[in-house]
Amino acid sequence: MTERASAHTPRLPQPRGPVSAAVIEALHRPCPGAALAATAAARDDPFGEDGPLGEDPQLSLYVCYELHYRGFRGVDPGWEWDPELLRLRGVLERSFHQELLRGVAGGDDLEGELSTLLVEPKTPGGVSHFLATEGNWPQMREYFTHRSLYQLKEADPQAWVIPRLTGQAKASLVAVEYDEFGGGRGERVHAELFADLMAAAGLDAGYGHYLDNAPATTLAPVNLMSYLGLHRGRRGALVGHFAAAEISNPPNSKRMVHALERLGAAEACRHFYLEHVDADAVHEQVMRHEVLGGLLAAEPQLKQDAVFGIQATELLERRFADHLLRAWLSGGTSLRVPLSG
Amino acid sequence: MRPGHCGRDSPRRIRLVKNGPMLVEGPVEVELEDGTVVTSDRFVVAICRCHRSGRYPWCDTSHRRRSG
Ligand code: FES
Ligand SMILES: [Fe+2]
Ligand SMILES: [Fe+2]
Repeated sequence: MTERASAHTPRLPQPRGPVSAAVIEALHRPCPGAALAATAAARDDPFGEDGPLGEDPQLSLYVCYELHYRGFRGVDPGWEWDPELLRLRGVLERSFHQELLRGVAGGDDLEGELSTLLVEPKTPGGVSHFLATEGNWPQMREYFTHRSLYQLKEADPQAWVIPRLTGQAKASLVAVEYDEFGGGRGERVHAELFADLMAAAGLDAGYGHYLDNAPATTLAPVNLMSYLGLHRGRRGALVGHFAAAEISNPPNSKRMVHALERLGAAEACRHFYLEHVDADAVHEQVMRHEVLGGLLAAEPQLKQDAVFGIQATELLERRFADHLLRAWLSGGTSLRVPLSG
Repeated sequence: MRPGHCGRDSPRRIRLVKNGPMLVEGPVEVELEDGTVVTSDRFVVAICRCHRSGRYPWCDTSHRRRSG
């Protein structure tokens, strides 16, 4: 039996600035290495002019987080818990968090946030709308490429929260995750369905294969999930984020199905999005009422965090969409490194 | 409240969501008006009550309010 592409261990990416260069350089060596983090983290301005959402800090965060998922080919697994690297990650995370706080409205009006998400705009903007109405096949393949950074580990970041929940919130979140992980069938795991989509679109289905192609705007939403998932203190935000994602998915997935039909795409491509119309129409109900509702009944003080998780998700998704649409409307590529061939 | 657990002794609970679908614990088989039978083995199934779903009888969130 040949190994599925989705089981590949990714290669370390190319650096995008001094911090990611220091991290990647260190990972090439056995752990513990030299005082890598000390150098990088001690810089006055570790993020360059683009700030915490720029290429260098976002790639650095992505690489640090990836050590907790599948790691990188040839990299010592000991790096996952290297104190120097964790210290650097902490510096990056704190500035990421501050930057997100600057970009969101805040507050604790959870009902208000949810009902805004639950109203369908009459004139939908966004990437799925563009693809459904005027996008072309190369743009569709770019979209798949961006999303592959998350979709090939779909629902993994959200699994970190399981031991931090109790009772109904835990039972229901695990039920949703069970569905994300194929309901006990390996070939139905949503990440595997996405790997099938990639292959059907003539793209490499290898886990993390397109990391170098993905700009910071693509990595930031994935980093948000990892950040919220890996910190127990962020469980409220993680659950808010998860609920927001499930609420937005069905209408977006419907438009993706239209787009793929219009472009005559293969069945495997349509299937991934059709499954997300059906599944997420259920998931959003369960996430809102039982998981979010259950968590806040047990820990009402987490309401503001849940609102933050929703708002931060929306913020980063909007930036992602703006970036793609700006690039496409000006006739260019939305990828950091264009697809070859 | 959650859709009821399907045990031998406990009745299957169905939850009606206000302005939304009917949530039923899966797996379910639905016989449509024309006699076709469709099945879903999801842990919970959302059955459309608004008749606007493009995935009828499953809910596809078409019941949602639209902004003006
Ligand atoms: S009840 Fe959801 S689409 Fe009809
Ligand atoms: Fe999914
Ligand atoms: Fe889902």
